[in-house]
Formats: sequence, C-alpha cells, structure tokens
Amino acid sequence: MLNWFQSPATETQVTHGGRLWLYALAALVILFLVIPTFIVIPMSFSDSQYLEFPPTRWSLRWYEHYVDSPDWMLATRTSLKVAVLTMVVATPLGVLAAYALHTAKVAFVRLAFVLLITPMMVPLVLVAIGAFYVYVKLDLLYTVTGLVFAHTVLALPLVVIVVGSAFKSFDMAQEDAARSLGAPRWKAFLTVTLPQVRFAVVTAALLSFLTSFDEVVVAMFVSGGDNPTLTRNMFNALRDQIDPTIAAISTIMIVITVVVMTLAQIFGARSK
Amino acid sequence: MAGTAIAELNADGLRRDARIERLKLFGLSSPALLLVLVILVLPVGWLFYLSFVGADGGFSLENYARMIEQKSYERIFTTTFEVSLLTTGLAILIGYPFAYFLSQLPGRLANLFMIAVLLPFWTSLLVRTYAWLVLLQREGLINKSAMAFGLWDEPVRMVHDMTGTLVGMVHIMLPFLILPVYGAMKSIDVDLVKAAANLGASPTRAFWTVFCPLTLPGLFAGALMVFILCLGFFVTPAVLGGGKVIMVSMKIVSNIQLFVNWGAASALGVVLLALTVAILWIASRFLNLTQIAGSGH
Repeated sequence: MLNWFQSPATETQVTHGGRLWLYALAALVILFLVIPTFIVIPMSFSDSQYLEFPPTRWSLRWYEHYVDSPDWMLATRTSLKVAVLTMVVATPLGVLAAYALHTAKVAFVRLAFVLLITPMMVPLVLVAIGAFYVYVKLDLLYTVTGLVFAHTVLALPLVVIVVGSAFKSFDMAQEDAARSLGAPRWKAFLTVTLPQVRFAVVTAALLSFLTSFDEVVVAMFVSGGDNPTLTRNMFNALRDQIDPTIAAISTIMIVITVVVMTLAQIFGARSK
Repeated sequence: MAGTAIAELNADGLRRDARIERLKLFGLSSPALLLVLVILVLPVGWLFYLSFVGADGGFSLENYARMIEQKSYERIFTTTFEVSLLTTGLAILIGYPFAYFLSQLPGRLANLFMIAVLLPFWTSLLVRTYAWLVLLQREGLINKSAMAFGLWDEPVRMVHDMTGTLVGMVHIMLPFLILPVYGAMKSIDVDLVKAAANLGASPTRAFWTVFCPLTLPGLFAGALMVFILCLGFFVTPAVLGGGKVIMVSMKIVSNIQLFVNWGAASALGVVLLALTVAILWIASRFLNLTQIAGSGH
C-alpha cells in the first residue's frame, strides 16, 4: 500500500500520494452524482407514510397504491403511447432529413440544419407556450397527436445529429456503386446505406423515446384532460406533497431509463 | 461545330437534371422542416407579435416597458443571472477536477467511473429533482446524518430556497460540463506534457501552462451549454425554490397559468430567447456550435 502512495501516477512523476486530494474529491463528486439518482429506490419499498432511509419496514404498498390508482395508470399509458409514437415519427423523419442534408449539395443545407437543431436551443418554456397557443387554435390541446408532434420536434435534433454523424463516416461511394449497377436511389439507400448505419438509427430511436418519456415542461402545457402524461402528474403532485407513491413511480422510471440507455449505449458503441 | 453545340446542350441538360436531383434530395428533409416550422417557428413568431400587442389590442411597447419599470421584473432577471452564473461556476469548480481525474485513469477504469456521470445524465430530471427534495428536507437524510455526526444540532433549512435550487441545478448540469471537458482532455497529446516536464517545468507548471490552456475550448463549450440551459430552466427551481427563487421561465409560466397575460409572457419569452441567441452568436465567433450541440448527447 505504501508503495502505491509513492509510485508515480503520471508521466511527470506526481505520486499517487500527492494525488490523494484529487481522489478524495472525485469520490465526493461520485457520491454527489450517484446518491440522488438512486436514493428513491430503497425509499420506495418503505412501509412508512414518510420517506425514510433506510426504511424500518419494507413493503410494496406504494407500488400497489400506484397500480390501483386509475389516474396514475391513465398517465402511464399516455406517456408510453406518446413516447412510442414519438419514436416512430421522429426516427424516419430525422433519418430522411439527415440523409437529405448529407447528400443534397444545395446552398440552404446549412440553414436547414440550423433550423432542425433550433428546438435544442430555444428555451423549453417558449416551445411549450408556443405549442399551447397554436394547439388551442388547431384543437390539438390535450390530444395524443399534439403531444407526439411537439415531442417529435424536440427529438428531431438528436436524430439528425446522431444519424448525420453516422452518414459522415459512411462511404457514399458504396451507394453510387449500387446505383451505377442499376439500383434506383431509394433501393440503394434501403439495401446498402441504411443497413450500415442501423446502429445509429436504433440509438436515435431510443433517444427519441426517452426524450418524450422524460419531458416535463411541454407536457405540462399541452397534456392533460384525457391524456395527461406521467411527468405532468408527477410535477403537479410534487408541488403539493411528497407522496411516497412518487418514489415508486420514480423507481419505475429509473428502471425504464437505465434499460433504454443501456441498449442505446450498446447500439451506439457498435455504430462507431 | 454542330458537335460542340450538341455537347453544350447536353451539358446544360445534365446540369439541369443534377439541379433537380439535388432539390428532390433536399425535399426529403421537408417533412421534418415543416414540423419544426409549424410547431416551433410559427408559434414563436406569433408570440413575438403578441409581445407588441397592448391591453387595448393595439400596437404597444407596454409589455417591454413593464419589465423596465417594475421592480419585480428587475429581481427576476437578477435572480436568473445569479442562479445561472453560480450554477455554471460551481459546475466548473466541481466538474473540471473530476474530468481531470477521469482523463488520468486507464481506459477501463475511466469507463467504469464514467457511469457515475452518465447514469444521472440519463435519469429523468424530474426524478432527480424529487430526490433532492427528499434528501434536503427538514427530516431528510442529509439533516439526519449531519445531526447524527454532530455537524449541526438543529435541522437546517436547505430546500425551498436558493440553496436547494443551486444544489439541484448543479447536480443536473454537471454532466453537461464534465463530458465536453473530458473530451477535450482526452484529445490532448500526452507528449506535450512530457515535453514540458523534460524542459524543466514542475508538474504544476506543466499543468497550468500546457495542459490547462488546451482544455479551454472544451471548458468554454461546456460552460456555455450549462449557462444557456440554466437561463431557461424551469422544473428544478420551480420545485426546489419553493416560490422564493423566481426565474424568467417561471414568471412566463405564471403569467399564463395565473394571469392569462399572453402579452407579458410573450415579451419575457422574447427577451429570454434574444439573450440565448445573443450568447450563442457571440460564442459562435469563437467556437464550432455543432460541436456544442453534439456534446449534449
């Protein structure tokens, strides 16, 4: 152990002992990052009315409370439905757009790209009230369609960036070869290009799902009525009381997120 | 002679075909562009228009004048900048050394510790905000542990105020800072630091004069991202601020939900957007912006 302290940690002969402050700081940062992410999981299995850690008695009552509540179930169904539809709409639209921007050598490609990534730059509150205003006129307020459109707009920048960077590392000469052998453009794209960027497409689809599933601010304004999202109901519940049911729902959301993102990481790593 | 004329005609035709082909290809992006136009650009344009409509329905600057005249608005803008600057500053103070720690680890260990950054990054920010609400409350884990260790005797108020807001915001923003800084650090050629050491620089000096300057573009990109996200942030200050920390985005929401004043909300939105665009524009003179957009995920 003593040897380790005195052994060099860097090329410039700083020892591990001399680096202890950095390691201690890193440990604190890791705790700071990870504890709040996972603390609600054990708390959600507590039998107590109050959130406690560690729980004195374990139970599933808050999960039962969640499953037995028609309101929470309705919200869960809406959130899942909207997230899946957002994924289904945003992915093809984004892939097409990324392909267009990559292949069409026209002057306004740059402008189109900037337009497609603006949803990332515009403050969410502004997107939310803008959509709210338009939806009232178009009769899209509190509809699944309206929510899916709004969430698709938020997901498009991710799809365009992820798939666009995959196109950049793809050799377009392969598609040209297929076309010179007589394949129409769409066929060359579907059989030659798309299969080779498929991992990026799957990653983009998963990110779109999560963008919609976790979105709060826009959902606060344009979801509700027959179609409230989970996040909207959670946000409203948070402001009133700290109900342990929310810990149970949070746990479920964490599990969904971790599963989806682990898949995205796996596909993302393979697309490189 | 006739041959060249035909060849030229042919060339013209080919050029025209190529142009049509390019436009057709570009047309593939039209569904996505159309959606962004209808759901985002037009509504925001409409809000821009509304911000110039007064209470009497005619053109007026009253929505902007109100921001200058009323003291409450001045406080909201001050709070927004204060929260954004403090969050960015704290994120740099905590995130930079941590990114440095990660960059010094061998590959597999670095990937392992990277999970500590990525897991919170992926987790819903509503869930994390809720967790902080639970941790920071009077009977929460932090107060209880601190009292058990004798750090303080009475429960300390940490939530529903500035402290809680900052803690929650820093937690949410940290990955946005750490990821680009880590990226910048990893792309530095280690030989440069070795060369500095070889020429007699102490490790501290090599760090400050060689390593650190090379990480500045990454740091700048990350800090910018954090600052801009903070300016328009809503969820965390709304939940952890307990009504004491009122930021621009929250005032926009209350203007609509409580007062149904579209003019006032729109004007604030326009100012918020203008601030964001101005900061991005200034930054774009120094940085490649797509790089920042890409660093988010």
